[in-house]
Amino acid sequence: MSVTASAKVEITHAVGLHARPSVKFTKLAKTFPATIEMALTEDGPWIDAKSIVKVMAAKAPKGTVIHLRASGEGASEAVDALVALVTRDFDEAAEGDVHARTA
Amino acid sequence: MHGRPDKISATGPEQRFTGISASAGYARGPLFRFEAGAAKYVPSASPALETGTLKAAINKASARLAELIASTAGEAAEMLEFQLAMLADDSLTDPALASIEKGFAADEAWNDALAAEIAGYESSDDDYFRARAADLRDIRQQVLDALTSSESVSAPPGAILIGNDIAPTRFLATDWTQGGGIALSAGSSASHVAMLARSRGVPMVVGLGPLPDHDGIALLDAEHGTLLLCAGSEAAELFEASAKAFAGRQQRAQDYLRRPAVTASGTPVRVQVNIADPADVESIDISTCDGVGLMRTEFLFGKAGGLPDEDTQYRAYRKVLEWAGGKPVTIRTVDAGGDKPVPGFTVEEGNPFLGLRGIRLSLARPDIFRVQIRALLRAAIHGNLKVMFPMIAVPEEYGRAAKLFAEEARSLAASGVAHAMPPLGIMVEVPSVAIAPELFANAAFFSIGSNDLTQYVMAAARDNTAVAALNSVTNPAVLRLIEAVATFGHEHSIPVSLCGDAGGDPASIPYLLKAGLRDLSVVPAQLALAKAAIAEAEE
Repeated sequence: MSVTASAKVEITHAVGLHARPSVKFTKLAKTFPATIEMALTEDGPWIDAKSIVKVMAAKAPKGTVIHLRASGEGASEAVDALVALVTRDFDEAAEGDVHARTA
Repeated sequence: MHGRPDKISATGPEQRFTGISASAGYARGPLFRFEAGAAKYVPSASPALETGTLKAAINKASARLAELIASTAGEAAEMLEFQLAMLADDSLTDPALASIEKGFAADEAWNDALAAEIAGYESSDDDYFRARAADLRDIRQQVLDALTSSESVSAPPGAILIGNDIAPTRFLATDWTQGGGIALSAGSSASHVAMLARSRGVPMVVGLGPLPDHDGIALLDAEHGTLLLCAGSEAAELFEASAKAFAGRQQRAQDYLRRPAVTASGTPVRVQVNIADPADVESIDISTCDGVGLMRTEFLFGKAGGLPDEDTQYRAYRKVLEWAGGKPVTIRTVDAGGDKPVPGFTVEEGNPFLGLRGIRLSLARPDIFRVQIRALLRAAIHGNLKVMFPMIAVPEEYGRAAKLFAEEARSLAASGVAHAMPPLGIMVEVPSVAIAPELFANAAFFSIGSNDLTQYVMAAARDNTAVAALNSVTNPAVLRLIEAVATFGHEHSIPVSLCGDAGGDPASIPYLLKAGLRDLSVVPAQLALAKAAIAEAEE
């Protein structure tokens, strides 16, 4: 793909990129028209960041640096938004322990 | 465990299976094999029909999940949302649809596609991801059930469900109000079902190994991790006794936990918790305490990555404030030094407990202190925040710290950043404050740090076992100081609490109440015991 935006960010969430964060991550990715991909190393393999099946299967534990790249409409906004979500620990700290349902 | 008179079916020799407890408790009831009797799918001849059938089954399973989500809350709902998101992902269904094109039946194609995903999770080194295989098996079963239109048979009330592994949806669809439990040949204590079982108090044992095909009453001891079949009368009596003792212990602890703390003579006492890490709050029910009497912040400063930035601190404070709802959260500014060295912050000293620690160090390093102050001011809008300074010895220290708060608040206001000024209080742990509390009458509140106060009054280090006998909070000199501070606070309407280890020590609590304290903060593990000790006190 002709990459127009890329970034890397460390997973600091206690369990890693697990079920609840993956749901949020892919839901957010799907709000952008751009093609977005994610990898655990710079050399890939690159996976579809909008697929929860693929994102979960990456099994990224805490401390993993994930690489993001995107192309097409809204590519840089998409990468920025996803990096921000990971940096915010998927808003888990901001939400109560019982009402963390994704909107 | 309900003392029912029905006879334990002794159709064979007593059999005992040992596994791992995933959720403590006891259950006595009929065995129910939940994995038995799946209906058979009858495929059609055309791939096009099979494709339609599989898609319809996935839609049906999704609709059932959505229904279940609507009647579920909390972690269980999140787990179901995860399953629903997986089902909606083409990456999961595409391989199955491709197999159908090659001539496979819908059930076979779906089974194979999911088997590959499940194997991926089972091979993970990480407990958390390995446990997700159960979610994938659950998803697989839900679609297969939809394909065969088989509604799963529900377990009779009070039954012990046995099988290889249990799906979260099966757990949620089971009526646990009449007791019952779960005994699994495989399974994991890290599974979603195990988390659900713990939160609902359903006894559960995993890893029991192969279980015989057996009917009748079984005894599940999920405190020690055993399943007993065809129990003899001796084993049954022992089981009933253990179950009764367990229920009694749970009941007493729960009774005290849920009730507001009141002494035997009816005096109400506030009981808050001490928190060392924001993650601590996940295991505490906020309704069982009156707030956070001490949130330490040293955990932020001990990390390998260096000193924490403002946002990292802000998120940690905000998390606890939001968890507490409107209840007060008292955060102590960093108390580094003494026995808590921080690389890049504290200094090496010959006598660290009497050196540059607590507020002394923060005032000596305003660059670092200001970052924490900004994070606290910003977090203050998210709850009922109070801030206190450790190791205050003279009023000037309080004045300087309060001034820094005012300066940072002005600077945030100038930049248009949302913030609020919390009440600023002090720790009472240096004897100078306890002896002359009137010099600190402008502090918003006092919090007695009994660990340090005791070691400074008695000149006995708290980490030196050779002088441990001297380090006693119930020494009359220490108690007299505590009483003086409590009395001063009462007379001048300055709230006084205590947040040292003594607050959670059942032997010390009567003395602290007698000294006039009505607000204690204890480590979460001591909460139930502290409330029990208060209930027995005469004060």
